[in-house]
Amino acid sequence: MSESLTFHYDVDGEDFTSAGQASVQVKKNLRRLGIPPEIIRQVSIAMYEGEINMVIHAGGGKADVIVSEDKIEIILEDHGPGIADVELAMQEGYSTAPDSVRSLGFGAGMGLPNMKRYMDEMTIDSVVGKGTTIKMAVYLS
Amino acid sequence: MFKHSVELDVSKCTGCTTCIRHCPTEAIRIREGRAVINDDRCIDCGECIRVCPNKAKKAMCSKFEHYTHYKWKIALPAPALYGQFDGLDDVDAVLQGLIDIGFDDVFEVASAAELVTEYTRLYLKTEGIKKPVISSACPAVVRLISLRYPYLRDNIMPILPPIEIAAMLARKKAKEEHPEFDDGDIGIFFISPCAAKVSYIRNGFGDYKSKIDVVVSLKDIYFMLMGVMKNETSPKVSSKAGMIGIAWASSGGEASAILNDKYLAADGIENINKVLDAIENGNIPQLEFVELNACPGGCVGGVMTIENPYIARTRLQSVRRYLPVSLNRLPSDMHYIPESVVCSSLPTYTPISRLSESFSESMRMMAEIQRIRETLPGIDCGACGSPSCRAFAEDIVRGTASLDKCCVLVNSPKTETEETQ
Repeated sequence: MSESLTFHYDVDGEDFTSAGQASVQVKKNLRRLGIPPEIIRQVSIAMYEGEINMVIHAGGGKADVIVSEDKIEIILEDHGPGIADVELAMQEGYSTAPDSVRSLGFGAGMGLPNMKRYMDEMTIDSVVGKGTTIKMAVYLS
Repeated sequence: MFKHSVELDVSKCTGCTTCIRHCPTEAIRIREGRAVINDDRCIDCGECIRVCPNKAKKAMCSKFEHYTHYKWKIALPAPALYGQFDGLDDVDAVLQGLIDIGFDDVFEVASAAELVTEYTRLYLKTEGIKKPVISSACPAVVRLISLRYPYLRDNIMPILPPIEIAAMLARKKAKEEHPEFDDGDIGIFFISPCAAKVSYIRNGFGDYKSKIDVVVSLKDIYFMLMGVMKNETSPKVSSKAGMIGIAWASSGGEASAILNDKYLAADGIENINKVLDAIENGNIPQLEFVELNACPGGCVGGVMTIENPYIARTRLQSVRRYLPVSLNRLPSDMHYIPESVVCSSLPTYTPISRLSESFSESMRMMAEIQRIRETLPGIDCGACGSPSCRAFAEDIVRGTASLDKCCVLVNSPKTETEETQ
């Protein structure tokens, strides 16, 4: 089987309260495909963190989840401010989230590290002033 | 096969689609003008009973008067029962009423609930357990987790719910006081506020078999009580439950009793799904205990209650006011949870939403669902008998519906314009 399936989601940057919806939708679709619960959870967490990041920092963006025979890929793309120092951003506890966001319990500096922890692969492509594309994958085997 | 308690009165069902749109697990379809429940998906939450405008759905319960063969009948009233009576200031009046309608003894579920509170406090101190601990009291929630949140199954507290502990203690007490009776002579009757507990008692909990013999509807018992409670005979039985036990009837009562502020209590399936999704993603750190009730307001919101759940809750506040905090405590030197109240068998994970056992077949079906869905109007009208256009597309691919049932597409002028182009 060489076919793959793509689930596309638009992440609304205006509405903080709707963040996390794509992650719930992905979970439902992966359950329908019979993906093992632990992998569903990994994908769901990575998606959720990615969504929150796009809402906090980039004014929204889009997310594609591509399921194929051997892996699930997640591609998160935004046209936000970009990440100046990717290495620094990957450090646990480092965050550039504004206080207004932190007061809601977000912006603990765990988003990117969490995504890396639950995924088998992760690359960040970011250009300051242009935007960020994160590609992640978890293997199915 | 899971035995459900939600039943349809076919003569009353008009096929109106209200229930299909409210069912939280998308378990209902309208076929041949009538509602049909998918047993694998139903969690007995009772939402369809609550919303049915024709009262065509009901929970199957036994009738008290049919069980005359028991020589010693014990009533196990859920604390929600106490919230049904206007102006009630003494629970004893309700308990005496139960004796007056024909029960031989009463054992309050609220008393057993106070013991479960004590066990919960002990359990939360156990090392190496998965936190947050999720209450095992609402059977609809336990079933929801086993169908949809397999990752959280180990978070469910492995302690029997209050109704089971009440049943065990009630039987023990009866045998001590009446050694002349055999086990078969003693009948334990649970007075249930909801459909989920009826199913739970029929099916057990994983490998565990319920110790309750008969489940009667709180509504039926309420009307019987109305007949005798007017007499105001001075009660000869007295309540053995305190504030904590009675508080279990409404949402937050169980959780607030654990003496720890790191708890969350949510009610209503939609809210519960949001909470479970958040816990699964690790978004609510440092949480110790989670109480989830499928019915709005908690057990007082069950479909077999009479009163509005918020009014019932207010009434329970006045009933509780002068009671001691708790009347059921463990001995102070007891630091372990007895084996008899531990329930280690969880319902097995059943991936009900899986399209096919084969991954490649599931992928093919999913692609087909996506393709069909794009051709559908997307207004989720339900006229086809499926709860949404997405579900309809899935039903078509599963072979249980056909595209010509979409009345919007069938009546769409699109075909004409295509022809003229």
